[in-house]
Amino acid sequence: MSLSREEVLHIAQLARIGLTDADVQKFQEQLSHILDQFAALRRIDTTGVPPTTFALPLENVWREDIVQPSLPVEDVLANAPAREGDFIRVRRVLE
Amino acid sequence: MSQPATAYEVVIGLEVHAQVATASKMFCPCPATYAGAAPNTHVCPICLGMPGVLPVMNRDAVEKTLLFALALGCTIPHDSKFDRKNYPYPDLMKGYQISQYDMPFSVNGHLDVDLPDGTVKRVGVTRVHLEEDTAMLRHESGAGGERYSVVDVNRAGSPLMEIVSEPDMRSPEEARRYLEMLREILRYTGVSRANMEEGNFRCDANISLRRFGAPQYGTKVEIKNMNSFRSVQMALEYEVRRQSEMLDRGEQITQETRGWLEAERRTVSQRSKEQAHDYRYFPEPDLPPVRPAAAWIEQLRVTVPELPQTKRHRFVEQYGLSAYDANLLSTPRARAEFFEQTIAIAGAARAKQVSNWLLGDIARLQNAHGQEFEHITIAPAQVAELIDLVERRVLNSTTAKAVLERIYTSGGSPTAAASDLGLVSAPAAGLDALLATVIAANPRAVTDFRGGKANAVQALVGAVMRETRGTADAAQVRELLLEKLARD
Ligand SMILES: [Zn+2]
Repeated sequence: MSLSREEVLHIAQLARIGLTDADVQKFQEQLSHILDQFAALRRIDTTGVPPTTFALPLENVWREDIVQPSLPVEDVLANAPAREGDFIRVRRVLE
Repeated sequence: MSQPATAYEVVIGLEVHAQVATASKMFCPCPATYAGAAPNTHVCPICLGMPGVLPVMNRDAVEKTLLFALALGCTIPHDSKFDRKNYPYPDLMKGYQISQYDMPFSVNGHLDVDLPDGTVKRVGVTRVHLEEDTAMLRHESGAGGERYSVVDVNRAGSPLMEIVSEPDMRSPEEARRYLEMLREILRYTGVSRANMEEGNFRCDANISLRRFGAPQYGTKVEIKNMNSFRSVQMALEYEVRRQSEMLDRGEQITQETRGWLEAERRTVSQRSKEQAHDYRYFPEPDLPPVRPAAAWIEQLRVTVPELPQTKRHRFVEQYGLSAYDANLLSTPRARAEFFEQTIAIAGAARAKQVSNWLLGDIARLQNAHGQEFEHITIAPAQVAELIDLVERRVLNSTTAKAVLERIYTSGGSPTAAASDLGLVSAPAAGLDALLATVIAANPRAVTDFRGGKANAVQALVGAVMRETRGTADAAQVRELLLEKLARD
């Protein structure tokens, strides 16, 4: 299964990743290869097998509604690309 | 504002987001309250989306969502899960929002909307699901004109319930009523504070028009940024006009998102250039499925409170209240319960008096003190006693009000308060002596009365009231005077 150049560019756009022409070609091949793996899985007869959405034999894992201390604001902002006061500052996305 | 008659049928569906009233966030133990908190102080590695963290569901948020879904008559599937809704935007710390896609907590509910003309409109509820709220963005302009945004992550990860209606509403007014009743139920069940101004109750609308009788829906437009019930109705009314005019001119409606501009009273196109939403949903691998046990659901089902609508009808039927009073008494829930607790003491025969006190003087005091009914500083037993004192004519309507004010601010029993305030009516024996004195001191009025001027007795009543500084019951005084004058 082969992904078109347009499909790769669309996925890059969704992920907000800029790609060079060489990147596009590389990812076209790599992503197509991943899809081939799934195509192989698809050939397995799964008649009568209920679909699963989770890989582990777990269900209903909760915590009680109890508040615990949050991080100090300096730690929260430690990885921020820029800050303004105690806010994270980012480029404006919408006009 | 009423709609001009048009050739088009209006089709409206609403998507409501309500913050679930929990102490902690949906998937981490940070406080879920964000209003008034200093920016980025309710944040931890989980809601910040740091690598390697593991979200764990808040059981209370799930339970409240299930309870609310049951109140709307929804079906609870035995298997549900969370999904990742992927989109890169600065209000999403992880680049995705944990939401529910194809296996939500509940489906197929409904809300019976009471319309002003007395009819009831059933609006289908497609689903009620749970997701996490996003961070808050504020758009800024720098000194040099550069435009940027600042992010406060406090809100990110708060539990948010999404309630999606079927496109069953046929006018902006129906949409508004649906929202009002939905809010009532959210508050009644204690699931959400549901306050639009505080931002914990938000509404987006889908609206399309079609010729009456047309089998297909028209192209739908999504409207956002409506900050009050009034703006929802106004924005929808604006869209009805805009779309009918376009259709009248033979133009095509564009499928798009439009924002409501409150100040300009109109909607404008947003993001029309953006391609169709492509969220690439997939099951959240960090969260195991939710399979609510049947016993849990049944246990929740019996805790769904009697809803305001049902209560209103029952109040009319059971206590003979007017529809208007029953409507007022039914919300907030604390007032409806106060009403019935008072009746449990005072007896159903006094329902009208209880209603009058609650909707009249007590409501007035409550407003004057800026109190929500939930925190009212008076108890049903006090109101029942007050009504009893009035009925036994120990207090009259004026002195009873003074007693209410006293117990409202200082507590205590109405009897004690009346005595403290020196408002207790003169005892019958003392009153009898006083009547004799007054009659003796007003021979003119007595002569007039005996001469056939029935009104002359009022002068005597007035004199008695002055002597008792208004504490006597005027009607009783009048009765006693008439008796005495007839006998003597
Ligand atoms: Zn957190």
